[in-house]
Amino acid sequence: MLVTLLLISLLAFLAFQIVPGDPTTKLLGSDYTPERAAALRHEMGLDRNVFVRYWDWLTGFVTGDMGASYSYGMSVEAVMDGKGVVTAALSVMAWLLVIAISIPLGIALARWQGRRIDRAFVAMNQVFMAIPPFFLGILFTYIFGLVLKLFVPGGFVGPGESLWGFLGYLIFPALAIAIPKAAMVTKLLRSSILDQMDEDYVRTAYSRGNSRWGVLRGHVLRNAILPVVTFVAMTLADIVAGSIIVEQVFALPGLGRLLLASIGNRDYPVVQCIVVIIAFVVVFMNYLADVVTQTIDPRVRLG
Amino acid sequence: MKKRILTLALTLAMAAALFIGGGQSVWAADGSAGDAELTVGIASDLDSSLDPHVSSSLAGTREVLFNIYEGLTKPDTQGDLVPAVAESYTVNETADEYTFTLREGVRFHNGQQVTVGDVVYSLTRAAGLETGEPLMATLAGVASVEATDDRTVVVTLSAPDAEFLAYTTAAIIPEGSDPADGIVGTGPFKYVSRSPQENIVMERFDDYWGEKAKCAKVTFKVVEDGQTMVMSLRSGAIDLAAHLEASQVAELADLTVLEGSMNLVQALYLNNAQPPFDDIRVRQALCYAIDKHMVIDLAADGHGAALGSSMYPAFGKYFDEELTDWYEPDVEKAIELLAEAGYTAANPLEFTINVVEAYTPHVNAAQAVVELLRQTGVVEAEIVQMENAAWYSDVYQGRDFQATLHGMDASTLTASALLARFVSDNAKNFIGFDSADYDAAYAAALATTDDAEQVGHFLDCQHILTEQAANVYLQDLADFVVMQPNVSGYQFYPLYVMDLAGVYKTA
Repeated sequence: MLVTLLLISLLAFLAFQIVPGDPTTKLLGSDYTPERAAALRHEMGLDRNVFVRYWDWLTGFVTGDMGASYSYGMSVEAVMDGKGVVTAALSVMAWLLVIAISIPLGIALARWQGRRIDRAFVAMNQVFMAIPPFFLGILFTYIFGLVLKLFVPGGFVGPGESLWGFLGYLIFPALAIAIPKAAMVTKLLRSSILDQMDEDYVRTAYSRGNSRWGVLRGHVLRNAILPVVTFVAMTLADIVAGSIIVEQVFALPGLGRLLLASIGNRDYPVVQCIVVIIAFVVVFMNYLADVVTQTIDPRVRLG
Repeated sequence: MKKRILTLALTLAMAAALFIGGGQSVWAADGSAGDAELTVGIASDLDSSLDPHVSSSLAGTREVLFNIYEGLTKPDTQGDLVPAVAESYTVNETADEYTFTLREGVRFHNGQQVTVGDVVYSLTRAAGLETGEPLMATLAGVASVEATDDRTVVVTLSAPDAEFLAYTTAAIIPEGSDPADGIVGTGPFKYVSRSPQENIVMERFDDYWGEKAKCAKVTFKVVEDGQTMVMSLRSGAIDLAAHLEASQVAELADLTVLEGSMNLVQALYLNNAQPPFDDIRVRQALCYAIDKHMVIDLAADGHGAALGSSMYPAFGKYFDEELTDWYEPDVEKAIELLAEAGYTAANPLEFTINVVEAYTPHVNAAQAVVELLRQTGVVEAEIVQMENAAWYSDVYQGRDFQATLHGMDASTLTASALLARFVSDNAKNFIGFDSADYDAAYAAALATTDDAEQVGHFLDCQHILTEQAANVYLQDLADFVVMQPNVSGYQFYPLYVMDLAGVYKTA
């Protein structure tokens, strides 16, 4: 896990060596001269070897010093202050919505397999899976914001001002992220259950006089849910990444907007920090999925 | 039982309705004039440093800081310089010594009185007299700044400069202070806080020497996405936003829309130092082929002022309307000139146009330009969209480009702010324009103290740019300001600033 994080942070660091433009060009703007840029690069320590700089950053990071942002003249912690909360709340809310929508729906559709309602949902599922969250975001802003006036587009309130206002504003962005993901999980769960239904042990269970629901609940679900758990865990990582775009649409001051702006400004310390956070979420959720899978299915052993 | 639950539910619903209704009436009381809070949408976050003496800052930063800092003088809505921290000034005959008398009772946001020491410190810092490296290039000509008594400051220049007064808009900050440690100015608003990519907050400065700001608090909200800006205006989350485009305004018909101009020179800037645009015939051919009025119609719905040189109408006496249509659109002529330069349908002129992807008005104009050029049958232009940082490093600083569609604005109200960059050895001459006549005309303009003569020389400069077809000049973009119906008092300046002191809200 640690090795993965190290590798990712190193790759992110190296990526900036390849893209054109460096922080000095943006900082100097129209006052740019090669001499001034060189002086500024020296002042910022950018003229040192890339691995030396990486080592500097790494030792700082490990000891809790995330460095100073180039483009805001304050520490990375100060720049990110309050923004992590927004992204975290949005992601967790979207993730819970995914689970709350897809698990019951997946089971219900498997139960009603072949019925009209199942077929209708399967068809619609394809559509929902294909809708990009930003488009849903725009759609929601129009429908729920401007027509139904359920929230004020662009009227974000910080958690410090009003916790309920904050969570209330996040519902629609969270839904916009959750719906396509929920459609995927529903589809996966439904087909996973249906696959299991063809197994021998299911026939045995039926022969012992169980009803379809009884078989589903007592035997199939435990097996069918395994691939879904891994997938659901991984969607959280996806959701964190997806929130970057949705934050733009709903004017949410989260990490995503900061990340985009910082990449544009070539503000490496901020980018580096956010990349590591996202990487950590991915790796950690992966690990968590393994643990949960093992709990559900003792046959799986952690290596 | 069921009935009782229903009653309970109804009671709760009514209580909730009362609660919500109550909340609204409180808001209305808050929103009355005087204590109003204004939320202003801005399309991009401010620079890292809010140091007013760092002249490299973005136009977007300068327009916000205009509300917080003031110089000895400041521009008014007509573009004239009016005294601010200074009460009056005199210039000697050779235009190399400017004497300022300070206004009494001007206070900094921290409560201190402005003294001559603060003025000397600020100008010395901005002109880099101690470091040898001017922070503001416009003040590079300052030789010394001295206080002769406790209300008088004398600025001596190393060479005469009749335009110098325009540079005394440089901010006055407290003696010994560094804006990195705290933002203290003398303007109608004082700085409160900022959160990167989120907002900048400022409050009315109650001890302001002049007419006090009408709103108690202004929050600049960063809304990068154009569509989100429109939604936020429609929902009422934002009270005012400037620099909108015609397409955005079309969706905001029920709000107050003001039309002004952006005060910048939008042009297809050509790299005069490299083929194919080192050939004047090719440059002129483009000028004939690109009908700027058509570009304005296609890209900006007809809103915008056509330009013919590096000058826009707000500059008044420096602007020469005659240049606007110097090149009458003439496709035949363009084809002829290109044929002379060796480009035919079989061997078309091919080049790329670099545009910053975030600047939609420029991208739209570039698309119109490409289309107009294609109609000649001998020009194939291709648009390359790039990030701002890459544009700066490759195009502006690296000068590695053929053509770029961009806008150049003026940081001060002087002709030099727009024309200095085309002097052959100027560091900002990114198009590599090289004309001995131009250099001579520009030098003559700076050398004279006679206003009429100076204007004449600056007009000569513009004529040379047009005749040499240095760039394909397009327009000064229209600038739309959209406000909620209860907001009024916004005024346009001939500079890229956003003056919010006069803006007020009616309940």
